[in-house]
Order: sequence, then C-alpha cells, then structure tokens
Amino acid sequence: MTAALTRTSAAAAVDVWKVYGETEHTRVEALAGVSVEFERGRFTAIMGPSGSGKSTLMHVLAGLDTATEGEVWIGDTRIDTLGERATTKLRRQKLGFVFQQYNLLPTLTAAENITLPLAIGGDKPDPDWLAFVVDSVGLGDRLGHRPSELSGGQQQRVAFARALITKPDVIFADEPTGNLDSRSGSEVLELLQRSVDEFEQTVVMVTHDPKAASYADRVIFLADGRVVGEVSEPTPETVLERMKRLDGRRLEAPPIRR
Amino acid sequence: MIRATLKSLMARKLRLILSGLAVVLGVMSVSGAFVLSQTLTDQFNKLFATVGTTLDVTVAGRAQVDTTTGPEPVTAPVPDSIRAQLAALPDAASITGQVFEEGLRVIGKDGKVITTTGPPGIGVNWSAETDLNDLTAGRAPQQPDEVVVNNTIADRGNFTVGDQIRVLTLQPARTFTIVGIAAPKPDFQRPTGDLRVAFTDATAQQLMIGQTGQWTRVNLDAADGTSPAQLKDEVQKIAGAGYEIQTGNEYADAQDEGVQDFVGILRTVLLGFAAVALFVGVFLILNTFSILVAQRTKELALLRALGAGPGQVMRSVLLEAFLVGVVASTIGFGAGIGVAIGLRALMESVSGANLPPGISIPAAAVVASYAVGIVITMVAALLPALRAARVAPVAAMRGAATPDRPLTKLTVSGGALTIAAAGAVTAALYADLGGAVLPVLLGGMLLGFVGIAMLTPAIGRPVVSGLGRLVSWSAPAALGRRNSARNPRRTAITAAALMVGVTLVTGVSVLATSLKESMQSLVASDLNADVVLSADTPGPNPAGGFPDAVLREVRQVPGVSSATAVHLDTAQVGTGATEVAAGDPAGIATVFGLERSAGDIRTLRAGQLLVSDRYAEDHHLAVGDTTTVATQRGKPHPAVVTGIYRRSDLLPGVVLPPAEATSFRSPLATTGYLTVAAGADSRAVRARVGELLADSPEVKVTDQAGYADQQTGRVDIMLVVLNILIGLSILIAVLGVVNTLTLSLVERVRELGLVRAIGMYRRQVIQMVTVESVVITVFGALLGIAVGTALGAAVVAALSNADAPLVTVAVPYGTVAVLLGLAVVVGLVAAVLPAARASRVDVLRAIAYE
Repeated sequence: MTAALTRTSAAAAVDVWKVYGETEHTRVEALAGVSVEFERGRFTAIMGPSGSGKSTLMHVLAGLDTATEGEVWIGDTRIDTLGERATTKLRRQKLGFVFQQYNLLPTLTAAENITLPLAIGGDKPDPDWLAFVVDSVGLGDRLGHRPSELSGGQQQRVAFARALITKPDVIFADEPTGNLDSRSGSEVLELLQRSVDEFEQTVVMVTHDPKAASYADRVIFLADGRVVGEVSEPTPETVLERMKRLDGRRLEAPPIRR
Repeated sequence: MIRATLKSLMARKLRLILSGLAVVLGVMSVSGAFVLSQTLTDQFNKLFATVGTTLDVTVAGRAQVDTTTGPEPVTAPVPDSIRAQLAALPDAASITGQVFEEGLRVIGKDGKVITTTGPPGIGVNWSAETDLNDLTAGRAPQQPDEVVVNNTIADRGNFTVGDQIRVLTLQPARTFTIVGIAAPKPDFQRPTGDLRVAFTDATAQQLMIGQTGQWTRVNLDAADGTSPAQLKDEVQKIAGAGYEIQTGNEYADAQDEGVQDFVGILRTVLLGFAAVALFVGVFLILNTFSILVAQRTKELALLRALGAGPGQVMRSVLLEAFLVGVVASTIGFGAGIGVAIGLRALMESVSGANLPPGISIPAAAVVASYAVGIVITMVAALLPALRAARVAPVAAMRGAATPDRPLTKLTVSGGALTIAAAGAVTAALYADLGGAVLPVLLGGMLLGFVGIAMLTPAIGRPVVSGLGRLVSWSAPAALGRRNSARNPRRTAITAAALMVGVTLVTGVSVLATSLKESMQSLVASDLNADVVLSADTPGPNPAGGFPDAVLREVRQVPGVSSATAVHLDTAQVGTGATEVAAGDPAGIATVFGLERSAGDIRTLRAGQLLVSDRYAEDHHLAVGDTTTVATQRGKPHPAVVTGIYRRSDLLPGVVLPPAEATSFRSPLATTGYLTVAAGADSRAVRARVGELLADSPEVKVTDQAGYADQQTGRVDIMLVVLNILIGLSILIAVLGVVNTLTLSLVERVRELGLVRAIGMYRRQVIQMVTVESVVITVFGALLGIAVGTALGAAVVAALSNADAPLVTVAVPYGTVAVLLGLAVVVGLVAAVLPAARASRVDVLRAIAYE
C-alpha cells in the first residue's frame, strides 16, 4: 500500500497518530490514525471544526511537527524519520508556506521577502522565474516596499510569491484568508487556484471557511482527529451542508478510546 | 492596581533579573567601599590604641622639611645628651633611647632585594624592641655585626638563626649574622607586616641615622602616681621647644590620623568607580524598562481602557522599578560585604599585614546602598514610566505596530548637550577654575556621555549599516545586521553603555601612552648620557642609591669618558619644600644639556645654589639673592643664587653643591650618568660597572632607552589597576547587551518561528543573533574609542600648555586594536545564551495565531 501511495501523491499520511499527555486523564488525541493522500497538481482543502486536528495534520505533513506514530511522506521521501536538520532543509527546498498572518520579515522589502528561502540556502533566484512569479501575483510596483507599507492582501500575495520561488513540491496554506476582507481573500484564493491550474502546483490548504474551501478541487473533512469524509468539486453549499452534518454526528457518537 | 503590578512583575522576573544585576553590581561597589573603609578604620584604631598604652611620653625631633605629598620627611634626631638629662627626672620610672627609621632594605638569598608593596623596611635598635616584641629563637645582638630579624623577614627570605644576611641602609650592603628572630607580643600585633632588622644601639644609630650618639626617639615611662601629662610638662621644661613631645595617646592618635587619610583616599577612589558603574547601570535600566513598556503596550492600553488613569499606570511602572531597586540593593549590599572581606584579605596578603578578624558595617553603608540602588533604578525608569502613562487606551484594539518615531528632537537635544559638555570640559582644562576643575571636568564628561548617547541613534544607522556590510556574507548575517539597526534608540542605548567604559579605558590609555612617549623622546633629546645608573625601587620611598666612592671607581673603568652623580631629595628652600638635586654643576649641565639663563651655572661653592628660570619666577629670585636652605638631616643655612638655568623636565628646579648631599635623607647618590668613549664596547662597560655596584643591588645599569622605560614603568602598573576598576562598568555594559538581545528576541518570536518554518537551520539562527550582537558591541567600542581619544588628547593638550611643553599626543594603536578585538569577543559571548534560546524556539507556538 505504501509503495502505491507514493507514486502519484505529492504528500501522504499513513495511519498517523499525534498524541499528547502521558496518563489516562491527560491523554489527548489530536490525530487518531489519519491516512490520506494529496494528489500532485491538485488543490486540496482540509476542513473541520475547531479542535478537529486539521492544523495538526498540516503541521505534521509539512515537517513542522512530529507524528507520534505512522508514516509521513512528501513525494518519495519519508519525512517522519528524518532528523531536524534534514527536515529543515526539506522545508526550505521542497515546500512553500503561507500562514494566516506574520508571514513576512518586517526588516526586508517585498522583493527580499520573496527570495528569502533561496537566500537562506545561499542560492540566487532564476531571474525569469522571479519575474514570472512577481508578475503572476501582481506586485511588480511594490517590490521595494516594506511589509508595514503593504495592505493585508498584498502581504499575503508576497507570502505566496515566496512560497512559489523555490518551485516547491507542495504549498501549505494555513488559513491564508483568515485575516483578510472578502475581496482580498478572493484575490489570494484565485492565485492559489491559478497556480494549480496553470503551473501545476500542489496546494494543501487548511480552512474553516466553506467559501474558501470551494476554490479547491477536493475537500477532506476532519473531526476529532479522524478523516470523516470528503467532497470532490466542492461548492460553498455542499461544503456547508457537510459541515452541519458533521456537527450533528459529533454530538451523537461517543469518542472512541484506544 | 498593586496586585496587577506584582503579578506582572513575577511573570517577567527573568527579564528583570539582568537589569537588576546592573544595580546589584553598582550597589555592591558602594557598599563594599563603605564597609571596607569602616573596617580598616576601626581595626587600625584598635591596633594603634594598644600602642598608646605602652609608653607614657615620647620625645622626637622636628622635621626640617614640611612636605605634604610624597615620602614622610625625616625628623631631626634627639641627641643622647637630652636622654641623659631626662633620665635624671625623678618622675621618669624608665627611659629608653629608640632608633626607628624607615629606609632599610633586605637582600634575599637570591641576591635580590626583598620587596614589599606598602609597608616599609625599618631599622631599629634591639634594646627598644623588647617591650613589644619577644624572641622566638636565638638571643639579643651583642656585637656590631649581629642582628635580630623579625618573623616577616625570616618567612619571606627563608632565614634562620645563624644565617648571614645583607642589609642596605644609608650605607651600601653590609653583611650581618642573624642571632635571633623576633615577633610582636600577642597583645601588640602590628597593623602592617613590615620588615624589621634590630641592631645593637651604636650600629643602628650609625646605619639608620648616620651618626652615633643620636636617637630617633626617647621614650619615658612615668613613675607610679605621675600621669603622662604631668611627665610631659616636665620633659618639655628640659627639652625645650625644639622637640616634639607627646604623651603615648597623643602619639598613637597622630599615627592613626595618617592611616585614616589613606583609608579616606581608598574609599573615595572605590566610590569613584562605583559611580561610573552606576552611571552605566542607568543606561541599562532605562533600556530594559523602555523595552518592557513597549512590549506591554497592549496590556497597559487595556488597563487604561478599563479605567486606570495615566497617573496610575505611571505609578505602577515606578512601583516595579522600586521593587527591583529594593531587591537589587539588598543583594548588592550583601555582595558588597563579601567584596570588602575579599579586598581586605587581598590587602593583608599583599602587604603582609595582620589585621584582627571581624568586619564593621557602618550605618552609612546600609543607607547609601539602598538610597543609591533605589534612586538609580527609579530615575532610570522615569522616562519609560512617562511613556507608559501616555499609552492611549485605543492601542488595545489596534495592532501594535509602532511607527518609527522621528529622531529630530532627540538629536537636537543630544547635540546641544554634547556642545555644552565640550564647553565644560574645555573650560575645566584651559580656564583657571581653581578648585572647581575636577567637578566641572567630571560633570562635563557625564553630560557628554548623555549627550552622545542621545546623538547615537542618528549616527548609529549609517555606522551600523556600514559595519554590517563587512559581515554580510550570508543571508542570516545580513538579517542580523538589519535587526541591529531596526530600533536605533534601543541599539544606541545599549552601545552607549559600552561606550562609557571604553571611553575611560581609551582616554586613560591615550594619556599614559602620551606621557610615556613624551618621556622617551625627552630622554632621547635632552639626556646626554650613554649609560645610566638608576635605582629601580617602585613605590613612594626611593631610598636606594650608591656611594660616591663607587662613582670614583666607575670613572676609572676603561671606556668611560665621564661620570656624573646626582643626588635627589626633598629639602626646605625658602618657605616651602621642593625637590632638589645635588651634584657637580658642570657635569649636570652637560648631562642634561642645560642652557644658561643668568649667572654661572657650571660652578657651585658651599652656600650657593642654582635655580631654574621657572623656579626663579615663581619665587621671585634673581642672581645674587639670598634664601634659606635646610636639607632633611642638616641645619637651615643661608644660600646665594649664583646661576639660573633654562628649566629641564628631567631635573628639579633647584641644584645644590655636592657637599649638601651628605645631609640628605640618604648620603647615597640616586642616579649616575656615564658617557662612553667612541669606539668603546658599551656592553663591556656596563658589565664592569655592574660588578662595581655589587653592594648596591637595587641600582640598575641601563642605557638611555632602558632608563626611559624605567621611568615609565610605574605608569604601566597604574594603568593595569585603573583598567581593572573600569572593567566593572564594562561588565555591566555587556550585561546590557545580553539584556537587550534577550528582550528583543522575545518580541521577535514570530519572526524566528517563521524563518525556521521556511527552512533556516538552527545554526543559521545562531549566526543571525550573533551578528546582531557583535555589530552592537563593535559600534559601542568605536564610539568609545573616538570619544576617549578626543578626551585624552584634550587632556594631554591642556597639560602641554600648562606644565610640560614637551608632552605630545600619542595614540595607543595597540590598545585600540585590543579593544576592538575584545568588542568582537564580547559580542560573541553576549550572544551565546540569547542565540541558543532563539534557535530552539518552538516553531509551532511561534507561528500559531493568537
């Protein structure tokens, strides 16, 4: 099963557990046996109510957190067995990040923020790719500005350009529109979608907003640390419907303890 | 409100510890200074009190020369005839003649003089020692070549009864046999561990006073029923006004006073350095509280939004400062006691003294510690407290992005202060301010530091960027540089704290180097001698020298074309004490290249003297005028000025004929100057001369350069001591760097999480923080070097106008390089802990949204 998973997926979790606490009383299962694949060149959203483990899943997939049990793959590389240094290198070279806020270093200009992952690795950017990325996010005239001189939407677009600059295998976006108004939010979501449709990026986005999720090709639903369903070609209404059903089911089913 | 303050204090205790540490160090110096000086005062008091009980009346001669600085003048001896007269007094139960003179040196078994730093070597007669000392081995001296040495000499030099010992006195080295070893009686411990050699009466008189039949003191015990005061009156009637007559207690008090003066000076010096440390501490606390207030903007705004008034907010910050001050003062006070104990032990071991145990803690120490600690902390926190009061309640809702406040007001006031300070310093150095020179100078320097600290944010940015460009070889390093420049005020205060200490070190170093180089060029240009014989005795009591007879032999050495001896001492000329030289005037004129100003400067007969033009001007003397001359062991007599020479910086302002030297403190010549004939082997000449000086091992035979080095050697010792004391303030400044870094990194947790998330290695984070730290410390050092050099040069220039026209400014490039290197090291060290913490930041928590 493992071998089959890694050939087409950009990222995968195989029976991943993330458990906190040592005693019966304090045991918290943030992830309880999650197995999920994320296809290459697709836009996948991870959704769930607060406490469902969606952020934890993303952190584990991105190498920002370690699973208690299970396997984590980025492409052909199994990352849960990598050391700290190798994981850091992987994040720099193969992944891109867009967080909800505080994405940029305030002392650097937009241009410098965009090329930061390359600079950290001691590399120079490919000028054509850089120009392309800058053009795609529509920031050509703001390159010399500091984050404090940019609007929230512009900052997120800079963050996205940074995520693209290393031509990553996967871009992880953690509630990228959470701090934006709906117009700027839509702009950012459209950029994410375009990157998947036009330059074959793989995007994994965590969100609690059904409208944001509707931009994805597939939505995976998490509740209580488990995958409880998925929807393909989502619309805001189908997503909302599923979310409501999730809440209802949660109220009926007792939590399963190992 | 108070509870909220206390809770917030506890939450931040780690952050406040570093700033508290600065206050602790400063208060420690203050408390240590007071405790140490009080302890020494009380202990010396106790010791001298016991001395007062052992004799009832003491008679001594008066000094001819009234020096206020430098070595104590010699008192005139008491003739034995007086002792005989006093012995006849019915109310005197017993009478003892005592020889007790400083200026004795002991040669150790290795051939070198046993040196002590502080307590002198004393030559005494054994018969006067038996009251206060016991023999621990052997017997009393009976023959002229027998001596009893005290336990300090026996321990230091590894001597036992039966050994031979060579001793230097007013005469060159003589050999004696040790027949006994003595130690003070248990009740009469001495405050200082002096080196003491006891001779027979006649030998002591001959060697220490210069002639037999004379005593240093005559001590009397009153008969039962007679009080010391009564006996004193009777003695006065017989001895007359020419002698100093004191009761035992009066004598002990006088001794005590001398020591108290020294202790007072010690305390002032220690407090001076405490003041510098505290001044630097102010910077540190100001910075810490500024940062803390900035970080708490939201919290403070919330309090305001909930209804707390600005006064309450300000008071809460001041309350935090007060509590920090109290805790830090308490710890500092305790630490100061420890320091005082340590310093006392150090002094005891260095000087061989034997102080009774115990420590005195004056009330002043407690009061000063708390007053200083609390006031300093609260004054430093005042500005941040005011800023906290001005936080608007609405800031609780808004994002906490603070726009860059313009620096104009700060820069302008900083510039004004600096100019005022420069004015004060210039006035102190060049204008005639009399006694106010020191306070004005110090006040000007203090003002200058504050002014420059205020200017630093403005000049900081370009300098820091420039500096950073040197180290931006990698992205993390470039980020570090940017981080150090992002809050110019904060960086400025941190760097300014370091600047204070570096300025002092540099300024003192410029002064010292200039003095040394001036001395060296002076010697090279003005001194016409190839070989110099000079006693190498450090300390204030130069008693070493060689007899004139040796010089006659030296003249016969092949290769020596001329030899001149110069005797140096302090004498009473006219109405004041002054340094004088005695020797052959023609030789002196040649050696020092003296220029004639009036009269004849190449001959001197008895009853004549030469003076420099400066001395003549100050004392309104011309050729032909008569003045009075009294040497330390001679009688005052009139003398005529027969010549005036252009002043030389290598020679005192008065030259006496050679015969006067026999009644100097010591008849030995202080320095000898030889010229070597062309073609002669200088090294061979020096070797042969060295052999002739075998009995004067303190005298070194050097060439011109070596002589110049000798003269400047004392400057180096002082430099080391000063640097150690200044080191305390530099330590505090370094704490400031660690503090600033730590607090800034707390603010930047999210950024740290971000860069780690996008792929920066831990090691790169460490690099980033380290570069930030090093840029700040090097910046501070550069500031300090610039200001210190300017200050030192100003002082040197002022000196060269006033007193010594040949003092040139010399920049101590070596010291500057060392300081810069140290700045880099300090930056590295200060960054260790903060960088480690930064690299281990929990990435998830850092990037989590609130």
